[in-house]
Amino acid sequence: MVKKNLTKEDILHIAKLGNLTLNEKEIEVFKKQLSSVIDYIDKLQEIDTKDVEPSSQITGLTDVLREDKVDDKRTLTPEQALANTQSKEAHFFKVKAILTE
Amino acid sequence: MDLLGLTIKDVLEKLKTGVFSCRELTEKCFVNIKKNDKKINAFLTLNEEQALKKANEYDELIKNDKEIFDKKPLLGIPIALKDLYTTKNLRTTAGSKIIGDYYPPFDATVTKKLINAGAIIIGKTNQDAWGHGSSGENTDYEPTRNPYDLSRVPGGSSSGSGAAVAYGAALVGTGTDTGSSIRLPAGFCNLIGLKPTYGRVSRYGIIAMASSFDTIGHMTKTVYDNAKVLEVTAGLDPYDSTTVPIKIDQYTKILGQNIKGLKIGLPKEYFVKGLDNKVNNSIKDSLKILEKLGATVKEVSLPHTYYAMAAYYILVPSEVSSNLSRYDGIRYGGAREIFGAEAKRRIMLGSYTLSSGYYDAYYLKAAKVRTLIKQDFEKAFKEVDVLVTPISPTLPFKIGEKTDDPLQMYLSDICLCPVNLAGIPGLSVPSGFVDGLPVGMQIIGPQFSEELLYKVAYLFEQETQYYKIRPQFKNG
Amino acid sequence: MDKKYQTIIGMETHAELKTLSKMFCGCKNDPFHAEKPNIYTCPVCLGLPGALPVANKKAIEWTVKLGLALGCKINSFSKFDRKHYFYPDLPKGYQISQYDLPFCYDGKVETSFGPVGITRVHLEEDTGKLIHQKVNGRNVSLIDFNRSSVPLVEVVTEPEIYSSAQAKEYAKKLRQIIRYLDISDCDMEKGGMRLEANISLMKEGETKLPKYKVELKNINSFRFLEKGIEYEIERQKEILEKGLTPDQETRGYNAEKNITYTQRSKEEAADYRYFPDPDLPPIRFNNSWLNEIKSSVPEPLETVFIRWEKDFKINKQLSELLFETADEAKKLEEVFSNLSKSKLPVDKFVNLVVHKKITIDLFKQSVEEIISIYKKSVAVDDISDEELKKIIDKIIRANPQAVRDLKAGKTQSINFLVGQVMREAKKKIEFQRLKGLIISMLKMS
Repeated sequence: MVKKNLTKEDILHIAKLGNLTLNEKEIEVFKKQLSSVIDYIDKLQEIDTKDVEPSSQITGLTDVLREDKVDDKRTLTPEQALANTQSKEAHFFKVKAILTE
Repeated sequence: MDLLGLTIKDVLEKLKTGVFSCRELTEKCFVNIKKNDKKINAFLTLNEEQALKKANEYDELIKNDKEIFDKKPLLGIPIALKDLYTTKNLRTTAGSKIIGDYYPPFDATVTKKLINAGAIIIGKTNQDAWGHGSSGENTDYEPTRNPYDLSRVPGGSSSGSGAAVAYGAALVGTGTDTGSSIRLPAGFCNLIGLKPTYGRVSRYGIIAMASSFDTIGHMTKTVYDNAKVLEVTAGLDPYDSTTVPIKIDQYTKILGQNIKGLKIGLPKEYFVKGLDNKVNNSIKDSLKILEKLGATVKEVSLPHTYYAMAAYYILVPSEVSSNLSRYDGIRYGGAREIFGAEAKRRIMLGSYTLSSGYYDAYYLKAAKVRTLIKQDFEKAFKEVDVLVTPISPTLPFKIGEKTDDPLQMYLSDICLCPVNLAGIPGLSVPSGFVDGLPVGMQIIGPQFSEELLYKVAYLFEQETQYYKIRPQFKNG
Repeated sequence: MDKKYQTIIGMETHAELKTLSKMFCGCKNDPFHAEKPNIYTCPVCLGLPGALPVANKKAIEWTVKLGLALGCKINSFSKFDRKHYFYPDLPKGYQISQYDLPFCYDGKVETSFGPVGITRVHLEEDTGKLIHQKVNGRNVSLIDFNRSSVPLVEVVTEPEIYSSAQAKEYAKKLRQIIRYLDISDCDMEKGGMRLEANISLMKEGETKLPKYKVELKNINSFRFLEKGIEYEIERQKEILEKGLTPDQETRGYNAEKNITYTQRSKEEAADYRYFPDPDLPPIRFNNSWLNEIKSSVPEPLETVFIRWEKDFKINKQLSELLFETADEAKKLEEVFSNLSKSKLPVDKFVNLVVHKKITIDLFKQSVEEIISIYKKSVAVDDISDEELKKIIDKIIRANPQAVRDLKAGKTQSINFLVGQVMREAKKKIEFQRLKGLIISMLKMS
């Protein structure tokens, strides 16, 4: 069965999944708050959903596709594409080196 | 010019007949904003220079083109856009500090449609950051206040849009409704608020909260105004794969038709303990009026309502955690540490419910419960034409009253969230006042029944005229 | 060969489809020839707030086409899923891919070592490209999103490859098939086709697959694939001999040093938190659509090779050199048939093409044009021996050095002299005829 009382390790693991860095205070507060919410959402386990199909979509649409054509009405200039970044170099976005070795 | 006394219908007539100009109207909006917005905080960004420029252009058009109002059905109408709506070169923040300096290079489809219809963008409105909230208090900026009582919340997450229309800064406040976010501020601010059928209006360019729940709607003073705007915003969009190819009705044309024989259902699960007595009485009085207008009322059951909130608070945070992954500070915005507490909570909750080992018990399970809730509504609509419920179990609450316990806040949406799970439309209609505070009534219909909802609401509105009751800016 | 360990390899191959537009937006799909970075981006492939994907029909059809060509079954109901991880070249923080309902599954590729099962063929979007550089003395990574959201087809095999040689053969064959269908150029140097091998060693006598596997990633040549696998096998053997288990990890291949090296250790397998993408309605292949795609799949390569061997006496190795795509093969066969009917030698034609003595363009030229080019190239002009001898005489006198060289044994000089004669005569003359005349006139035996 699923846990209701999250530990600090749980919170750190979940934060990592969400690419969040939390301070000690946040860890404590979230531990309590998330545990209480999870406690609440756990009540779904009471329902029998054995033969029920899941709804990931609610329009009932299928096969919404586009023709393979170049549509440059939305294409941005590099200036537009880079306009909102804090870190760029010539026409590139720039980040600290990603080490692969 | 009495801005608070004007509707879109009035304005279009008066612009046509030259009673006032677009310029005068637009200027009046900004005068009103300068006078009142410091205490209300409805706006995050104002668009004064561009708005006045457009107003001048439109005044010229009106002089030279007799048919301009046919071509541009919202010509000169001042609108406030929720800050989730992408506006080209106009700051768009989602109520968040992380993209507090984001200037989009493109317009949302709905933004474009409204501009092409001649609407004038007054500014971008305040909101719970990313749509996460039902009161407006989760904004990363100063929370918006309810123009009817400044010590109280205007409802959220489209808090600024609701307040802006309520105090006369604009005639339309656009919003998004993922669980409550148009209907609740409409209910708390004495407005007509439409949550359309999912897929009726394009989501392209509207910053996503929960992709299979987000709907794109708006708030106005009257039903006619609301219907007029939907005629512009509804429709298939090739940029949004989830818009449905269903024809757009002439929503304003059916207003005035009678509702004799209309069957109204009251879902018994929505009228339970926790519902404020005074709110309950207000709804009961409104139902009597609807009966007088020709409707019959009976009790129905939506048996899985008890599980709706749990399903909602699994599916929505799951999609939220996914949709907020793109904010990594590389192409726009700042570091993820800048996210507010509620955003972080939902990212964490959503990452948890999607994570390996928990996906089946949470996401998949909730998706199945969603089917059951959808089926509840389908079954109910076999017995009745529409459902009526309160918008909120309580009156607009005081600022700070619910912020300590997120779970408390979540549970206040019990009458509203199930509608988003099912993807059906809901219309918030002023139901009167209690202790000087607005009470809202929700009319729910089957998929793509916006016409019917407007029809019912129009007659009710004409009978009660609650929209004429102006905000008092109490406790300011 | 060491009998103590059995090599077990499964391969994952990615190929960029050459659609005109990207997978989920209308931006131009041309990352390799873009003049500047970030010129083919839009709100969708740049992951701007509010952007939404719309799926490219052709990319889907080509994925199914590939699956059918690999003998796969097709899922009549399929969908796209979001695969979450954070990386600077992934603008949305998730990749739109396919998880549990790929378009194609359960196929097979034959190799000379035995069949290799194809687990699945699915469709996803590519990421942007990272370039590592030093700017102002600092190590940075530069990101170009021209490639972001280009359609990428992924082919996954069962762990049924048992040697580096088989891996190489499989990869080559897969590329051949993909190019035959004309859905991707598979330019490996540019990254248009990327190979990954999951390698582990199974101890002799073991029946269960090893508990670990090492992922060898981003290999862009068949040679590196072979060498990388060979290095890995030795490296893993050494570890196993010590009684230890190799780490489950991702490794890269360094061609200069001919070694593999750790890239990312998989202390915990990445949790991608897959869920169905709510922005994209599912795909349902009805019979008419599926039949339409089926009819676009050309006959298998093997069938073509066998027929050409039988009807035209062209062996497989030669056939493989003549064409890449099915359309080219069709056209060639028309040429062969035509030549055959006119009783012209097909093998001579093939020879000239292979040795580049004639250049034909299978795309632009018609069958008639190609045959006429061939005829012209083998045509010889009419000229009498008398006349020819006069010209040869002139050339011999004019080129004493070449004649001396020829007599001294430098056989290449004959080519020069023949060329000179032809130039002088302004006619095309059979090489052997000229050679014979020149030599006899020089009184060489």
